[in-house]
Amino acid sequence: MALLEIEDLHASVDGHQILKGVNLVLNAGEVHSIMGPNGSGKSTLAQVLARRESYEVTQGRVLYAGKDLLQMKPEEAACEGVFLAFQYPVEIPGIGNAYFLRSAMNAIRKYRGEDELDAMDFLPVFRERLKLLEMDDALMSRSLNEGFSGGEKKRNEILQMAMLEPRLAILDETDSGLDIDALKIVAEGVNALRSSQRAFLVITHYQRLLNYIAPDFVHVLVDGKIVRSGGPELALELEEKGYGWTEAEAQPA
Amino acid sequence: MSTSVETIRDLAQQEYKWGFVTKIDEDRVPKGLNEEIVRLISARKGEPEFMLEWRLKALRHWQSLERKDAEPKWANITYGPIDYQDIVYYSAPKQRPAIDSLESLDPEILRTYEKLGIPLEEQKRLAGVAVDAVFDSVSVATTFKSKLAEMGVIFCSFSEAVQKHPDLVRKYLGSVVPYTDNFFASLNAAVFTDGSFVYVPKGVRCPMELSTYFRINAAETGQFERTLIVADEGATVSYLEGCTAPIRDENQLHAAVVELVALDNAQIKYSTVQNWYPGDKEGRGGIYNFVTKRGKCVGVNSKISWTQVETGSAITWKYPSCILQGENSVGEFYSVALTNNRQQADTGTKMIHIGKNTRSTIVTKGISAGRGQNTYRGQVKIMKSATGARNYTQCDSLLIGDRCGAHTFPYIDVRNSTARMEHEASTSRIGENQLFYLRQRGLKTEEAVSMIVNGFCKTVFRELPMEFAVEAQKLLGVSLEGSVG
Ligand SMILES: Nc1ncnc2c1ncn2[C@@H]1O[C@H](COP(=O)(O)OP(=O)(O)O)[C@@H](O)[C@H]1O
Ligand SMILES: [Mg+2]
Repeated sequence: MALLEIEDLHASVDGHQILKGVNLVLNAGEVHSIMGPNGSGKSTLAQVLARRESYEVTQGRVLYAGKDLLQMKPEEAACEGVFLAFQYPVEIPGIGNAYFLRSAMNAIRKYRGEDELDAMDFLPVFRERLKLLEMDDALMSRSLNEGFSGGEKKRNEILQMAMLEPRLAILDETDSGLDIDALKIVAEGVNALRSSQRAFLVITHYQRLLNYIAPDFVHVLVDGKIVRSGGPELALELEEKGYGWTEAEAQPA
Repeated sequence: MSTSVETIRDLAQQEYKWGFVTKIDEDRVPKGLNEEIVRLISARKGEPEFMLEWRLKALRHWQSLERKDAEPKWANITYGPIDYQDIVYYSAPKQRPAIDSLESLDPEILRTYEKLGIPLEEQKRLAGVAVDAVFDSVSVATTFKSKLAEMGVIFCSFSEAVQKHPDLVRKYLGSVVPYTDNFFASLNAAVFTDGSFVYVPKGVRCPMELSTYFRINAAETGQFERTLIVADEGATVSYLEGCTAPIRDENQLHAAVVELVALDNAQIKYSTVQNWYPGDKEGRGGIYNFVTKRGKCVGVNSKISWTQVETGSAITWKYPSCILQGENSVGEFYSVALTNNRQQADTGTKMIHIGKNTRSTIVTKGISAGRGQNTYRGQVKIMKSATGARNYTQCDSLLIGDRCGAHTFPYIDVRNSTARMEHEASTSRIGENQLFYLRQRGLKTEEAVSMIVNGFCKTVFRELPMEFAVEAQKLLGVSLEGSVG
């Protein structure tokens, strides 16, 4: 059974139709990449899948692990294992990173009927993952994303992903704004989590990230539709020819 | 977009958990306010002549104010007329127990405090907090008294202080908040029935937190308590105040006065978690909380610090203030005020700098949800004599939903050019993006709101004694429950 099945998905924001019939199937164990020009609807797709309520689904359906994803609230989707690494992570003043992460983990554990983690259970795992992402301990006692650099925010997203261990991880342009070293670290963080139980949807504007996270499939989203799908070679082709080429294809014949 | 606005808007009412009524026999005076009533109250309490005289002077002053314009009208609050003749000014549990003997206390009252989670019983004395419990108008129990007495600390009900320490009462009563101060302070001076009294002698650090829990129980009564805390030279004391009331459809008046006096090198820390019944979702019922709190740093290097967490009451009108008279004295005000549903709060502080090198800090966090209206009103006054005075003010407002309001009125009056003033202010809204971010990580909307609000209040909570901070966080969560769908 597919982990995620998107069928003819249409969605609008503030009355603007953004997604215009997206079809996509992800199996557990696979890494899919979505590429596309700015404004093509990549983030919209990510936010719809994460169940942001201000994005209205006007048509289509989405099955996640056999369940109707579009019926779920954001927190339900999260507790069912959907994780979104935000393109623009949000700052929450006054709430420590570590405290937040433990609260999130416990909310998910509670949903699943598992015991809550106390600080003693939490800290060792947390420390280990921090190291994996080469993140400074000191950042963690600071407020959630507050005053973090762009790169630190993105790394923090991956840290959260590593702690929450989702079944479906959606990364929305996690690579943009990262220097090459940070990019490698983030890619390693993702690669460490790859498993037969888990699927990734890696949204990116550039092919660069895909040198480090080798995707199984690449899809090109233009004007709210997937106009081409293929293997990793498609990403290279895009890099060479630019998006103009696919945009031309998106025009109705 | 509409769904998220609605979710944020859907401020369902969380049931007020402290709203039960205790059935006990009351001894109450007839409704109404006149000289006879004041004499009756004074007589019931067996007060010395000076007290009666002071009350009568206050009554006359109040009557003259009432004839003119009644309550002050400058606050950013609206409410119907208050009929001062329709209020019972004195209500006490019958068979008042001998002070200090919890055994002889009406078990119903003991149970009430148990329900409220307040440690009156013997075994809970280990909690390390000395408690004075004021039930309706009178103090019913003060714990830990003998232990405090060993160090010379007096912690008792105001009534007892009038009997046993009349000289101290006479010396300090009205020295910070005179009976002429304002309409509600005059009213309180005329009819106040009890409250707490604290005296910490020279050089003594009070070894435990002192705490008073106020409980309004009886219907149609007002609560008018008066607290007086005196820290003598070099003394230190930390005092906590908590309050709850039953759910009633009518509005009940609470007009308290708190006076703090800090002599040379003394420090007083006064913390409040105010959770009077706020009224229902439509704004029916709830406490009218008109309170005058003021501290005077009389001595050099003295310090008075107010911390308040205001979540209850239909109306809050309250400005804990500091008169910084002694050189190098310090005044602080840390406040969290939350208004949900139809609650209104007009609260803030006054820092009056008189002495040289006096310093004050004001940090306020106003949170408005539902149709709540939250006003910060503050005054910083630097007198001519206050060379080298400094003030730092930070006022932050947080809005939840789109039908509430936040307002700030900072008044600054500087008469000495050496003064250094800093003022920061911000207004923010809990963003849909913040909520979505937290919910995407698995938190329910309510948990997400509570987390954002607690983060917002962090710098104030940090000032509260540990257990109180935990309580305040929980209370904030409960008061906001249902504020987002
Ligand atoms: N709130 C909004 N109102 C109107 N248009 C929006 C809104 N949010 C996004 N859009 C538009 O939707 C389109 C897709 O945006 P997005 O999904 O962020 O694209 P991408 O992530 O591919 O760059 C863009 O044209 C953008 O301007
Ligand atoms: Mg985007």
